[in-house]
Amino acid sequence: MDSSQLLGITTFTFLFASFLYIAALVFRTENMGKAATGFTIIALLILTLGLGLRWIESYQLGIGHAPLTNMYESVVFFAWTIIIFYLGIEWKFKTRTIGAFALPLAFLAMAYASFAPINRGINPLVPALQSNWLLAHVITCFVGYAAFAIAAALGIMYLAKTSFAGKSSVDQSKELLPPLATLEDITHKCMIIGFIWLSAGIITGAIWANSAWGTYWSWDPKETWSLITWFVYAFTLHARYTRGIKGKTIAWLSLVGFIAVIFTYYGVNFLLSGLHSYGSS
Amino acid sequence: MQNNNSLWQFFASVKLALVTLFLIATTSIIGTVIPQKEPFQFYVSQYGPKTAQLFAILDIPDMYNSWWFISLLFLLGFNLVICSVDRFPGVWRQIKADGLQVGADRIRKMSTQKSWRSDAPVSDSVLSIKELLKKHGWQAAEKQTDNETVIFSQKGSWTRTGVYLVHSSILVIFLGAIIGSLGGFKGSVSIPETMSRDKVVLYDSREIVDLGFEIRCNSFAIEFYENGMPKEYTSSLTVLENGTEVLTRDIEVNSPLTYKGITFYQSSYEAYQDFVVTAVNTETGSRKTVVSPFQKQTEWPEENVRFGVINAKVRGQSIVSIKIWFAGENGPPSTMWLDENSLTTLDENNRNYQVRVKQMYATGLQVAKDPGVWWVYIGCGLMLFGLYVAFFMSHRRIWVLVTASDKGSAMVMSGSANKNRPGFENVFDTLASDLERT
Ligand code: HEM
Repeated sequence: MDSSQLLGITTFTFLFASFLYIAALVFRTENMGKAATGFTIIALLILTLGLGLRWIESYQLGIGHAPLTNMYESVVFFAWTIIIFYLGIEWKFKTRTIGAFALPLAFLAMAYASFAPINRGINPLVPALQSNWLLAHVITCFVGYAAFAIAAALGIMYLAKTSFAGKSSVDQSKELLPPLATLEDITHKCMIIGFIWLSAGIITGAIWANSAWGTYWSWDPKETWSLITWFVYAFTLHARYTRGIKGKTIAWLSLVGFIAVIFTYYGVNFLLSGLHSYGSS
Repeated sequence: MQNNNSLWQFFASVKLALVTLFLIATTSIIGTVIPQKEPFQFYVSQYGPKTAQLFAILDIPDMYNSWWFISLLFLLGFNLVICSVDRFPGVWRQIKADGLQVGADRIRKMSTQKSWRSDAPVSDSVLSIKELLKKHGWQAAEKQTDNETVIFSQKGSWTRTGVYLVHSSILVIFLGAIIGSLGGFKGSVSIPETMSRDKVVLYDSREIVDLGFEIRCNSFAIEFYENGMPKEYTSSLTVLENGTEVLTRDIEVNSPLTYKGITFYQSSYEAYQDFVVTAVNTETGSRKTVVSPFQKQTEWPEENVRFGVINAKVRGQSIVSIKIWFAGENGPPSTMWLDENSLTTLDENNRNYQVRVKQMYATGLQVAKDPGVWWVYIGCGLMLFGLYVAFFMSHRRIWVLVTASDKGSAMVMSGSANKNRPGFENVFDTLASDLERT
């Protein structure tokens, strides 16, 4: 059994758990929801095992490093943080509805990692990447991204609920999803968590750049996009302090913010060029 | 400072902050799409002469240093200052507010509340409540009026400054960036092994700057992984002041050398056709390090020996072994293959020499002086701390109103928190039931 098999099993368990969460939401069966949570926890354990095994495998290859250094590994880690974050929310707010939106995200990330034409090998690190700041940078950024992913999932739920409201055929959705105020509250909390971690991610990245190249900020496209993302969320946090911007607009902003996250993380590597080009291998 | 001046209101408004944040975020995209810092001709060939001209007028080729982008950043900073000056006095009043001045009516109207009775007389109740509060970490004060006593206690009043810590952290980071751009420089220097340099060339202006000391590259080495990828670049550097060595250190990527505020980063290298030969007489200890060009004879007059590199084996891009010849005063020269950069003992003129031969490199160093970087780091730390305070800590206040009743005393306990009310209510409930039990 090697790490890639474990990660493959995780992908399908996430898919299965996604269906369970959606079914639990639509049919409102408590037991199905419990099964969904159970399978998610099992998938998380397998995924954790897979990441740990990959770490060990890298040492067996004599190039030991944490599994956080290329696109493949970072997408897998992203799925891992999304699930941890999601389970935390499920536990804290005692609601499983968000799972129907969060689990598919984790599944998509794992499916992309498993099937997209990207390098899945364990590669040695070029000198610039051999830094503990790399670890701190990747971990902080991805915790932030996971929080923003959940915020976006909540934003979609919010928009779905407001646009279904009134239409009698789908009036049920009123009760299917949590109340708007709850959705807005959790969205806000997720954005706060994401903002702190993204701030830490940008800061650790800047410190790393300074220790490797002597500039903490060089406006390279990836840096700039992470800052744009940060500004989008700073904008959103301040929007509450002016009249007229709330509810729906915040939900839209959670989506805009997450699009910026995806572009920072993924788009920049493929569409633009810069220091972070290692991520494209 | 409540000021009704409309210009003041404009610069103090959150709306302006939203507009500025929006403008900075959207215009920042330009520089990620249009390549930066290319020569004018590049833009002409890519976008046509008219567009290139327009770019030049708008400073697009270096937009992050352009007047309009810097102005946006300054506007953000100015907005922050005015906004904070506008609001902070109010926040300060809330921090300093004396909870004992809050009237009994308001305390009775608060939504987080609990009341109970006790057989003990008022003075005893007040004492035991204060003691218990103290046991839970709530330092309490009291005020007595004709018919009731108010006990007040609070925690974390200072946390109201959290947002202001975040806002000032941005100003501190800006300050650091300004200090760095006014008082610092970024440049590079290439130093061949065994040589030293005392000047660097700046990136932007191509200006040449005197370091004020010399830096020597003693040696440079590359390590490879088995698959041929580079594993580490290492330079051994020595700092010299007026010709005397003051500091020697190995630097690697991610592990630079700093001397007198100037930092040297390993950034590139250049391979030469020449070789660096180090020879040591093992008996006398006399040694020589020289640059020996390929297939040229080099002399060591003090020892009366001559040597040279006559052949080399290459694997990939690096030289793995070297064939040298080594000759004394008399007798035939000996030739042999040596591994690159490893010590070998030779016997010549009945003397033993330890010889090391390596390919010659020049190390490419990035040289930076940034006196503002510590301000930037302090600002970053302040920001993370401030964000934590602003989002997760709150100002919590508790009042207990003790009134005399027919059989002892009646208590009304109220509380308020400026953030995270559910969390506060949990704390309040446990505290209240603890107090009630006594
Ligand atoms: C990049 C720049 C900025 C950052 C990172 C930032 C950060 C923050 C944060 C984290 C909060 C707390 C939000 C919350 O509690 O939900 C906040 C609140 C606030 N910010 Fe900013 N801010 C920035 C720029 C500005 C500017 C330019 C203004 C100027 C008007 C401003 C005005 C305010 C106000 C009025 C509040 C509410 C304060 C309160 O709760 O009493 N911010 N800011």
